[in-house]
Amino acid sequence: MALLEVQNLRVELKTREGIFPVIDDLSFSLEEGQNLALVGESGCGKSMTALALMGLVPHPVGRIAGGSIKFNGEDLVAASDARMRAIRGNDISMIFQEPMTSLNPVYTTGEQIAEVLRRHQGLGRKAAWENSVELLDAVGIPTPRQRAEVYPHQMSGGQRQRVMIAMALACRPKILIADEPTTALDVTVQAQIFDLLRDLEREFGTALILITHDMGAVVEMADRMIVMYAGRKAEEGPVDAVINTPLHPYTKGLIACVPHLMDTITEDRPELFEIPGIVPPLSRFGEDACLFRDRSDQCTQKCYECRPAEVKIGEQIVACWGAE
Amino acid sequence: MTALLDVRDLVVRFPLKRANILAAREYLYAVNGVSFTVGRGKTLAIVGESGSGKTTTALAVARLVTAHSGHINLDGHDMLSVEGAALRAARAKFQFIFQDPYSSLNPRLRAGEIVAEPLRSLGQTPSDEIQPRVDELFAAVGLRPEQQRLFPHQFSGGQRQRLGIARALAPNPDLIICDEPVSALDVAVQAQILNLLRKLQVERGLTYLFISHDLGVVQHMCDEVAVMYKGEIVEHADRLSLFNAPQHSYTKALLAAVPTVDTKRRDQNRRMREAAGHGQS
Amino acid sequence: MTDQTQPAPKARSPLAETAEMFLKNHAAVVASIVLIAIIIAAIIGPPLYADDPFEMVWAPFSPPGEEGFILGTDYLGRDMLSMILSGARVSLAIGVTAAFVSVFIGITIGALAGFYRGWVEEVLMRFTEFFQVLPTLLFSMVIVALFGASLVTVTVAIGVVSWTAVARITRAEFLRIRELEYVMASRAAGAGNMKLMFAVILPNALPPIIVQAALMVGTAILFEAGLAFLGLTDPNVISWGQIIGSNREAILSEPFAVTIPGVAIFITVLAISLVGDGLNDALNPKLRAR
Repeated sequence: MALLEVQNLRVELKTREGIFPVIDDLSFSLEEGQNLALVGESGCGKSMTALALMGLVPHPVGRIAGGSIKFNGEDLVAASDARMRAIRGNDISMIFQEPMTSLNPVYTTGEQIAEVLRRHQGLGRKAAWENSVELLDAVGIPTPRQRAEVYPHQMSGGQRQRVMIAMALACRPKILIADEPTTALDVTVQAQIFDLLRDLEREFGTALILITHDMGAVVEMADRMIVMYAGRKAEEGPVDAVINTPLHPYTKGLIACVPHLMDTITEDRPELFEIPGIVPPLSRFGEDACLFRDRSDQCTQKCYECRPAEVKIGEQIVACWGAE
Repeated sequence: MTALLDVRDLVVRFPLKRANILAAREYLYAVNGVSFTVGRGKTLAIVGESGSGKTTTALAVARLVTAHSGHINLDGHDMLSVEGAALRAARAKFQFIFQDPYSSLNPRLRAGEIVAEPLRSLGQTPSDEIQPRVDELFAAVGLRPEQQRLFPHQFSGGQRQRLGIARALAPNPDLIICDEPVSALDVAVQAQILNLLRKLQVERGLTYLFISHDLGVVQHMCDEVAVMYKGEIVEHADRLSLFNAPQHSYTKALLAAVPTVDTKRRDQNRRMREAAGHGQS
Repeated sequence: MTDQTQPAPKARSPLAETAEMFLKNHAAVVASIVLIAIIIAAIIGPPLYADDPFEMVWAPFSPPGEEGFILGTDYLGRDMLSMILSGARVSLAIGVTAAFVSVFIGITIGALAGFYRGWVEEVLMRFTEFFQVLPTLLFSMVIVALFGASLVTVTVAIGVVSWTAVARITRAEFLRIRELEYVMASRAAGAGNMKLMFAVILPNALPPIIVQAALMVGTAILFEAGLAFLGLTDPNVISWGQIIGSNREAILSEPFAVTIPGVAIFITVLAISLVGDGLNDALNPKLRAR
């Protein structure tokens, strides 16, 4: 049995124009210790998927309208609020894009980590403090005993993200969800955070769900990847297979539209591939048709009539009428 | 061939808060003795991480922050000595594209007015020529003429950046300073803007000073690269030498840190980082 | 190159959006109807109801309804309805003019302080704080006492004591907006300081100032009533406050004579502040859906 099994998940958002599915029939599974990347442009439902897994779909505008999220066999969609609170931070944790706003400015970093330990593990004040100093040491913060006593604004962005990771790993969760964890950071700091995450996973056996728009980060960090478009799964498969032979035109576009730093730079600089247009507005998300059709140059009549079914080709799963 | 833009020993400093009234004023040197030249029709990229002084350099060249000392020579004219009305007139020759397409457009102006603003402010265009010019600019950046009536919030991020580009093109500048022009945009939209910038460069013979932290983008856009670190240029080379044979250790570390889809480069990067040991942030 | 996928949205101005938001606020819509009715009554009331408000027409303190005087008569036997109608003109005029005076002073000082910063800001904000800590009623009484109790003096006095809030709001908005990139973009496009201040930043800073100005009209009417009650107003001009003031001797024996103008003030000020709240909601971009 997989550690996490998401089946036919549907999350709806209520807007002024009506109710639309931000996540539309999404299924995937995650094995213990595996790294999964969710890729796509903003507004494609990546972050909403993370919030659904955490039981944090914004209430009352959003709700889980169907499907199941099975964690170790337990359905989280049906779980009570109290049960979700126990799971959150303990079994499944999350780190966010902006480490400044996700830390509370009025408590020291040590206090914030200790608070998590006291709440979830029932540790005493002293034990929790000692434990949080150890965690700061584990995430590579120098002189952790002193740094535990400073406030978030006295740290650099990279250090704050390390503190966030220490907090998220405090209870040795089974799954760590990282929502664009390095977007706000410099590249050298990003590389350090990635190295740190890899080391910690090896040590703690945590599975990682990485949400990103950067194909380079996917290759760097993940084993499997899911490309999401307009709330639906466009393509899924092992990272190397998807990057080398993308089957969905959106995946191809996402890889080709970015000027990558290749092994050797040559004089040759062709025009970048353009995915024309933008992600459709939420009000079109539920349509029974291919939502990528306006941005693809190889669509047929079928793309207008009916939503593409997911087909398995080799190790990859793809939802496109054009894929053979 | 003489360079279009020649910057010599540029220094920009900001006063720090004094500990007490009697203490001597101390300064933060954001840009500390930076020199470079950019040839006409070429692109120089300035790369670096946050706090390296790359954006401050761009703002100083655009006369949007005050330089403490140094020389900025544009097309044979000294740009640091002009002031007041002469400076406003000189602005026609160097224009700026901003990073954030959401905050760089005045929300109360219609799109057409935003693009016409430099033409009106600089006052060098007869008023009956403004509208045809705006029409031409809208077409050049790939916007439809009827979109001139819309307000900024009715555009997507990519379209807003197109408006920002049209505004910069309006007074027919020689030099365009692009400060992270795509970093606030979605990946799929970045390619549209980068291709547009390159197309316009060829069509109009523009010179770009391109500020970015994204080495992939820089590699694609530039002819030469200057790497800044703590207010100084640590390495300046043409595109191929810099990316294929970096000399300075900071450049090497920077290149090794970029995640890439090229597995060969990825493995090489990992080896390099492991050899260097896990540095602390 | 052109993105064809985007349907062209209608060109809706921020003004049209604001109007739409305002119309959704029912209390504010009702209040603005009431307010418009009051203004119309003030404009066409006196010529239609063609009585000279100063003419003594009947016995003093006749209760409302007697002898066809709908609102009764005052302590000199003057027609109360006629007085309320012409008093409306004066009260509203003083309220609006005083608000204008204070907005003018406030915007000028706030804009200069917020735009130039440095020592200009220091000096202007200390100056503002000085006015803020003055006891306003006392200070305006001093002005009226020194320069004589005329309409102009009263209006200016009210304006001079109440501009500090506008100055502080304007400065705060300028400090926020001057850091936005479109201001720098206008500078790069060749705009000078005056243009940046008044054509670029000020229009974007206006929403909270407009709200403050609307509320200030109400405050100014109350203030004038206060001064008039104390007798510090032009005795030859009828305002609502002055009607209350002149009938105050009879406050216990003939309560209707002070209640009627009091109710007029209450309704007007309430309507103005509801309209102000409505404007606040409509102009506040945080409440507006993207």
